[in-house]
Formats: sequence, C-alpha cells, structure tokens
Amino acid sequence: MFEAIAFYLFAFLTIAMFYIVVTTSQALYALSALAAGMIFISAFFFILNADFLGAIQIIVYTGAVMALYAFGMMFFDTTREVKEKKGNKFIIVGMSALAAALVVAIFAAPMLSTNIVALYPSSADIGNTQEVGMVLFTKYLIPFELAAVMLLVAMVAGIVLAGKKMDNSITLEDDTNEKVLS
Amino acid sequence: MMEIGLNHYLILSTILFAIGLVGVMRRKNLLLLFFATEILLNSVNIAFAAISHYYGDLTGQMFAFFVIAIAASEVAVGLGLLIVWYKRHGNIDLDSLASMKG
Repeated sequence: MFEAIAFYLFAFLTIAMFYIVVTTSQALYALSALAAGMIFISAFFFILNADFLGAIQIIVYTGAVMALYAFGMMFFDTTREVKEKKGNKFIIVGMSALAAALVVAIFAAPMLSTNIVALYPSSADIGNTQEVGMVLFTKYLIPFELAAVMLLVAMVAGIVLAGKKMDNSITLEDDTNEKVLS
Repeated sequence: MMEIGLNHYLILSTILFAIGLVGVMRRKNLLLLFFATEILLNSVNIAFAAISHYYGDLTGQMFAFFVIAIAASEVAVGLGLLIVWYKRHGNIDLDSLASMKG
C-alpha cells in the first residue's frame, strides 16, 4: 500500500522534473530540475532495498556531478536563452518512442524466454551494504579496480583540460582585461 | 494496480529513457545535451536496481555502480573538453562543431 503510494508519487515527480530538464529554455532551471530528479530517483533505490545504491546516487550525482555542472556553468554564458533545433516534432517523438520500445523488447526477450537463476542470492539476515561489499570485493574486484583507475584518469584529464590558463578570464578579451587591470 | 511489480519499474524506466532521448534529439546546447545523457544513464539504473530486487540477485546493483562511475568520469572529461571549446569559440552550440564538414 505505502510502497504503491511512494512509487506513484516519486514516479510522477521524477517524470515531471526530467520533463522540465528537456523542455525548459533556461539552463539554470534545467540544472536545478536535474538535481531534484536525481534525488527523487534515489527514492526508488530505497524502495527497492538497495540502500547503498541510493546513498551512492545522492552522494555522487547531487554531490559530485551537480557540483561539477554548477562549476562548469560559471564558465558559460547561461543567462542567454537556449536556442533549440527547429525540426519536425512528430518525427522526433515517434523515433524516441520507437527506440525506447525497442530497448524494452531487447531487455525483455531473454528474461521472458529463460528462467533466470540468481547468481548471488541476497539473504535476509545481513544488510544490503554488507552484501554489496562481499560481492564487490570477490567477484567484481577487477572491474572495481578498473573503475578506480578510470576515475583517476578522468580526474587528471579534467584538471589538465579545464585548468590550463585558469588565471586568464575567458569572458573578457585580453586587451580589455589588461585595460581593466591597469 | 496497488501491487508494484517489476513491470511498473520497467515502464517507468522506459518513460524516463524516452524523455532523455527526446532531450538528446532536440537540444542544441551541448551542456543541456549532457543533462539529457544523465537522464538516459539514470533511467537504465532504475531498471538495473528493479531487476536486481525482483530476481534476488545482486549483479544488477553491481552494474548500476559501474554505470554511476562511468557517468562521473564522463562528466569530468566532457566538461573539461567543453570548457576548452568555449575558450576557443565563445559558444557551445552543436552546429558550431561542424567544422569537419566537407
């Protein structure tokens, strides 16, 4: 009963937030709506007993990714209205619906055809975080380490790309910058 | 109706994926294209967590973790490239990226 109420409430909120993200013409509205949608998605993980995943969702997405986007938006001119592609709307919407239905069919076909046996059945006596830790550090240890290296590479790449000539202003031209400074 | 099953979550995931696809197709600003990409990754995460719960298998949650890690590194590298592009050209419109058109 309460699960159904929570599911429908958060489904409505998430869809509304993401709809705002793809339709608004203000970049700041899109950013705040995206952050809210991420938090609402973590509610689904808590409903599904994936507590650790929900906590990671809040920390990584609203903590790191959204902060990074907010930091990046300081560089861009976000007060200007966002121009959009002028195309046939029916083609876009129809193609999106078709592609999404295709994705569902691809995922549902093997599930319907065979009986899935749980490789790592979850037990009730220990918590979700402990289970995740046990599976992550035995079976998925090498992908975990690869993900760690990949994050390190991405961090170095981000610093190198964005940090170059950080002392120069990018909104002012060089000569006007000197004029202001002198 | 009141019993929430796997199909409810899969349908929700499909709706969110379709919203993200519409965003990818109609946006011209590269920053908002990145936002739509985040929506796509998150909708897939919901499907992973739901399948993991209803089949009693933790593998779905593991894949959701790796998807989150990939999304985080994609944002770091992509935003760095976007800042470099903005410094060179002064805008981040998708049409201005067509410099390799013959």
